[in-house]
Amino acid sequence: MKQRNHHTPARGRRLLAGLAALPALMALASPVTAAPATAEVNTTGLAVTDDTVKVGILHSITGTMAISEIGSVQAEKLAIKQINESGGVLGRQIEYVQEDGASDWPTFAEKTRKLLRQDKVAAIFGCWTSASRKAVLPVMEQFNGMLYYPTFYEGLEQSPNVIYTGQEATQQILAGIDWAVKEKGAKTFYLLGSDYIWPRTSNKIARIHIEKKGLKVVGEEYYPLGHTQFNSVINKIKLRKPDVIFASVVGGSNVAFYKQMKAAGVDFTKESPLLLTISVTEDEIRGIGGENVDGIYASMKYFQSLDNANNQEFVAAFKDAYGDDMVIGDVTQAAYLGPWLWKMAVEKAGSFDIDKIREASPGIEFKKAPEGYVRIHENHHLWSKTRIGRAQPNGQYEVVYETKELMEPDPFPEGYK
Amino acid sequence: MFADYSSTELLSIFAMQGFAGLSLFSVFVLMAMGLAIIFGQMGVINMAHGEFMILGAYTTYLTSQFFQTYMPGLFAGYFFVAMVLAFLISGALGAFVEWAMVRHLYRRPLDTLLATWGLSLIMQQAYRSIFGAREVGVELPDWMMGAFQVSDLVQLPVNGLFVMIIALSIALAVYLLMFRSGWGRKVRAVVQNRPMAEAVGINTAGVDRATFALGCGIAGVAGSAFTMIGSTGPSSGQAYIVDTFLVVVFGGAQSLIGTIVSAFSISQAQSTMEFFLSGSMAKVLTLLTVVIILMLRPEGLMALKIRR
Repeated sequence: MKQRNHHTPARGRRLLAGLAALPALMALASPVTAAPATAEVNTTGLAVTDDTVKVGILHSITGTMAISEIGSVQAEKLAIKQINESGGVLGRQIEYVQEDGASDWPTFAEKTRKLLRQDKVAAIFGCWTSASRKAVLPVMEQFNGMLYYPTFYEGLEQSPNVIYTGQEATQQILAGIDWAVKEKGAKTFYLLGSDYIWPRTSNKIARIHIEKKGLKVVGEEYYPLGHTQFNSVINKIKLRKPDVIFASVVGGSNVAFYKQMKAAGVDFTKESPLLLTISVTEDEIRGIGGENVDGIYASMKYFQSLDNANNQEFVAAFKDAYGDDMVIGDVTQAAYLGPWLWKMAVEKAGSFDIDKIREASPGIEFKKAPEGYVRIHENHHLWSKTRIGRAQPNGQYEVVYETKELMEPDPFPEGYK
Repeated sequence: MFADYSSTELLSIFAMQGFAGLSLFSVFVLMAMGLAIIFGQMGVINMAHGEFMILGAYTTYLTSQFFQTYMPGLFAGYFFVAMVLAFLISGALGAFVEWAMVRHLYRRPLDTLLATWGLSLIMQQAYRSIFGAREVGVELPDWMMGAFQVSDLVQLPVNGLFVMIIALSIALAVYLLMFRSGWGRKVRAVVQNRPMAEAVGINTAGVDRATFALGCGIAGVAGSAFTMIGSTGPSSGQAYIVDTFLVVVFGGAQSLIGTIVSAFSISQAQSTMEFFLSGSMAKVLTLLTVVIILMLRPEGLMALKIRR
C-alpha cells in the first residue's frame, strides 16, 4: 500500500480532518457500561487492548484437508462476528488472525508458535485432523495457550490447554450401536474403516461394546486413505450378510465406497444390511451425491435439519453469510461453539488469562447452541446428546432418534488405559 | 472360512470376485495407458498425470451441469459427449504444457520430474480456486448406476462393465494408432533412434507434442470414466498416481503390452488378496511382490530390446 501515497494536498487535509474526528466517533460507539481495565483482565501479556482482543483461527485452507476445514473456518468467523455485534467479550471487540495450516502437520505447529509468541492471541480456534492436533499440542502446552478443537475424534486425550467441542468416540459410537440393537434388532456387525487412528480406535470401542452385549462382529477391515476400489470388500459383505455395516471411511474413499455399493445393487433403503456411519456428514454427502447414500444412518450430535429455534437461527445466519447452497455438518456446528464457549469462560472468569479460563471452563453451559444444549465437563469435553439421522436423497439427514440424556464424555474408556 | 456356505453361494461369490478383479484391471489399464505412452515413448515422467485425469473429471462435471440445465431431455447420453470433451480439453492442455514447459527439459529427466510435479500443484490449486475445495458430486444418468441381476447373488455393476468397455476400446485404439498407422511408425522411430528419425525427415518436435497430448487426452478420458466410481475433488488425482506408476514401471517402461500384462497381474493379485486378507495387508503384499520382482528384473516385466 505504501506506493499509493499520492494525495493531493486538499485530499490530505480532508483525511486529516477525518482522522481527527475518529476518537470522538469511537467514544460514541463504545458501549455504555465501562469495560474493566486492561491491566486487570490481562495479566500475562496477551494481545488485549482497551477495546480489542486478538484470537487465532488455524485451519487448512489449502491442501487435501481444505475440503473439510473450510466449513469450520466459516463457522468460527460467523460466531466471532455475532459476538462482536452483541458487544464483544468483556467490552472488547474480537479481532482474528487467520493462519493456514496447509494440510501439513509441522506447519500447524509452526503457525501455532507464531500465533502464541508473536501475535499473543488469547485463544486459538483450529485444527481438524488428530494428526494436526497432536502436532500442535506440545506447543500449546509449552506456551500455555487455549485451543478450541471442533472435530469428533478418537478420544484417549485430555489436555489442560484444549477444549474439545466435538464428540469423543464413545459418545458417538455407544449410542449408535445401542440404537441399532434396540430399534433395528441388529445381531451381527461388519466394521469397515480407513486405515488410521480414528477408525481403528472407533472400531475397537465398537467391538468391545458389541461383544459385551453378546453380539457378533463378523468382519473388521481397513483400507488405505484414498483407496478407490471396494469391490472385493463389497463381495465379502455380501457373503457374510451382516445386519449392520458400521462404516468410518473418510475423504475421497467415501465417494468410491458408496457409489460402488450402489452399483453393486445394494439398496440402503431396504436396510439389509443397514449402514451406520460415523464419518459422513452433510458436507461429505455433497461430494458423494445424495442419491448414492439414500437410506444410510449416521450417528452424530448434530444434523442441519435439527428442529429447534437455536438451530433455525444458526442455519439462517450461516446461509445469509455464505450463500443459500451451503450445508452444515456436525463439525461445522462444533466449530461454531468454540468462540461462544471461550467468550463465556472469559466472562465467568472476568479475565483473559489462560489459567483463569481453564479454571472457569468446567460447568459452563451454552443454552443457545444450535445442537440444543451443551455443558463443559471436568475433562474438557462436552456433554452432548447423540442423534441418529437417516440420509435423504436431497443430501440432508432426517433425525430419527435422539438420546434422552446428555452423553457423558469418556475420553479414556475401559479397556484402553 | 467357506465351511458355512452352500456351493451355489460360493460359486456366485467367486464369479463376482472375478468380475471385481477384471474391473480393477480395466481401471488400471485406463489409468496407466496415458502415462505409459508419455513415459514409455518420450521418457518423460509426468507427475501431473493425476491432475490431467481430474481435469477430465471436472469436464464431465461441467458437461453434466450443462445438460441438466439446458438439455435435460438428453441427459441420459451426456456421458459420451463428456468423454469426448474430456479427451479434447486434457489433450489441448497437454499440447500447451509440452510447448511451454516440457520440450525445454527433454534432456533433463530429473528436471521434468520436478517441473511436472510443480505443475500438478499448480493445477490442484487452480481446481481449488475455480471449483472450491470441496469435492463435487457428478450426477450420473440412471441407466449407469444399476446392476444386472444375473442371479440372486450375482449382480454385475453397469458402471464396472462400462469402464471395462472404455478400457478395451482405448487399448485397442492405442494399439491401432501405435502399431498400424503411419503416425505410430513415426513415434516408434523417434523412440528407437531420434537423430536417425530426424535425418529421414520426421518432424520429431511435432511427434513429441502429439504424443504428449495423446497421453494427456487419454488421462482425461480415464478421469471422466472414474467419476462413476471415485471422487472428483482438487486432490483426487493423487489417489491414482501411485498405482499408475506402479503399473507402468512394473510392466516395463517402454512396452505398452507390458503395461497391460502388469495391470492384469497386479489387479488380480490385489483383488484376490483383498478378499482373503484385509485391505491394507493386501496392498502391502502386492507392493512387496512388485518390489521383489523388480529387484530380480529391474527393467520390468516386458523390456523392449533396443540398442542404446
